[in-house]
Amino acid sequence: MASGTPGTERNRLATAGARAATVTSLERQPRGDIWMGNIFFAILLFALTIALVGLAAIILQAAINGAPAFGWNLITNGPSTLNPEEAGFRPAIIGTIYLILGVIVLVVPLGIGAAVYLEEYADGTRWWNRTVELNVQNLAGVPSIIYGILGLAFIVRGPLDLGFILVAGSLTLALLVLPTVILASREAIRAVPPSIREGSLALGATEWQTIRRQVLPASIPGIVTGVILAISRAIGETAPLLLVGAATFVTFNPTFTGDNGYSALPVLIFNYATRPQDEFRVLASAGVILMLIVLLLMNSFAVWLRNRYEQQW
Amino acid sequence: MSSSKFKFLAALAATGVLALGVAACGSDDSSDSGSGSSGDVSGNIRIDGSSTVAPLTEAIAEGFQSENPDVKVTVGTSGTGGGFEKFCVGETDANDASDAIDEEQEAMCAKNNVEWEEIQVANDALSVVVNPENPVECITIDQLNSIWKGGSKISNWSEVEGLDPAYDGEMTLFGPGTDSGTFAYFTEAVNGEEGNQRTDYNNVGEDDNQTVTGVSGAPGGMGYFGFSFLQENEGKIKGLQIDSGKGCVAPSVETVQDGTYTPLARPLFIYPSAEALAKPEFDAFMTYYLENVNSVAEQVGYIGLTDQQLTDAQSKLESLIGTGSES
Repeated sequence: MASGTPGTERNRLATAGARAATVTSLERQPRGDIWMGNIFFAILLFALTIALVGLAAIILQAAINGAPAFGWNLITNGPSTLNPEEAGFRPAIIGTIYLILGVIVLVVPLGIGAAVYLEEYADGTRWWNRTVELNVQNLAGVPSIIYGILGLAFIVRGPLDLGFILVAGSLTLALLVLPTVILASREAIRAVPPSIREGSLALGATEWQTIRRQVLPASIPGIVTGVILAISRAIGETAPLLLVGAATFVTFNPTFTGDNGYSALPVLIFNYATRPQDEFRVLASAGVILMLIVLLLMNSFAVWLRNRYEQQW
Repeated sequence: MSSSKFKFLAALAATGVLALGVAACGSDDSSDSGSGSSGDVSGNIRIDGSSTVAPLTEAIAEGFQSENPDVKVTVGTSGTGGGFEKFCVGETDANDASDAIDEEQEAMCAKNNVEWEEIQVANDALSVVVNPENPVECITIDQLNSIWKGGSKISNWSEVEGLDPAYDGEMTLFGPGTDSGTFAYFTEAVNGEEGNQRTDYNNVGEDDNQTVTGVSGAPGGMGYFGFSFLQENEGKIKGLQIDSGKGCVAPSVETVQDGTYTPLARPLFIYPSAEALAKPEFDAFMTYYLENVNSVAEQVGYIGLTDQQLTDAQSKLESLIGTGSES
């Protein structure tokens, strides 16, 4: 740009002045602002530390308290009131694994189906779709005991009338965590760039083909994250399971539909923790570590699955 | 960590993965044990109810199952009241109860045509406990009532009339949740009406260990729970003697069995249904229960039945067995 005319010269001066003013103001930050920045950083660090220290403290405490009980008994033996030293969690571990397998089988297709409908098909301007959306979000915040009552009234008794079987527990827990999976899956589907969809449609793919071949594979990592969160919540739930019939004392391995009862890790841990004798409280702490291991094993499988798909895309 | 512990943890991880596989195949290693077993009865027994009685029933079930491997016994802990809600619609064979069945529960059972029997299986001393620093050793039922009754405003030990020795200390109260049979029994015995109790106490729900922690941490702390929690925590807390007009009586096996620890000595029950009593495996279980209850009771922290109580319970059971439902 030529700089001969008075007008452009004035512009040049103004620009240079403005730049200089900005640069000096940026370089010479007021002392207060620097302080604020440091304090903000410290607060962030503090929040992170609190979270991590809390987690570490819980795990350490459980590990130290439960250490005397660590041994093969924990996974090979059933509960015992007469010989707490030899008591274990076998039926409860199997019960929890069955319950969570049931939850996964139920919640993955239902959650993804609902999310795909809400993101890809539903017309957000219709009142019923907006009602569904709002209620899915509300359901994620409903206390778990409410789902327990629902499970007792509609699944164990009432219309489904399944009785106190393990599948009824899985169904109840699946209802409990379904909103989590739907919400996470919707976020994942929404994060797929529109250009992918448009490109697919432009090449002549149908809507179904686009979802099946492009959108879902791309959103699998996010969906799996939602499933991990859901499993992590479901595995620790005690209150709804107590209502839908999980017993504390079961010495045989449960089955999915056997009507002779089943147990689950959190139920047995809670029962042991409230006993007067120290031996049982040691067992409860060991059970906490055991449950953590079961959870980590299940989640690491999910993480492996997620990483696999992330690499493909 | 010793290397064997480390190996254990590593193996635990591996086994968890295996268990997933085994679990998926639906392993059920006890279903195929046929006639070779020592017991001659088979079937399922489902018991629910009080978490106070459950350890006793579990211990019995454990011994019974080792002799009768074809009978699968499960014990739940929904609480006395929660258990009756399942028992009175016919979903369980028997209900553990730390408090006798009440009118409401009776009506529910009657509505669903569930006939039941009451069998006492053990005794318990509801123990009132304070911090060991508290000089008070004995308390009357009237004094307990003035502290615990609904609407009571007492917040310091010095406000309790007639305590000897007097104690000046801020009072902190701990008690079980309102669904608990212990709560029902204590309020009935001390405050004259089931459920009548001040509401500004620390409600520990079903976890009486919190009362132990609370009372041992507060010099003016006070709480109540079953005898086993006092027994297991000697030194951390102090059991008060109870004066119901005939002098101070400490909670103990002897005072409960000779009937002097009143009114806080309570019976623990199991309520079998008539339908369950018609099943041979259940009768075998109940017979085993009463044969072994006293030897097991002390082991798991309960006060056994007196000879008279045991004879009564056994003759009652004998008269019930085989008769089944009255239809």
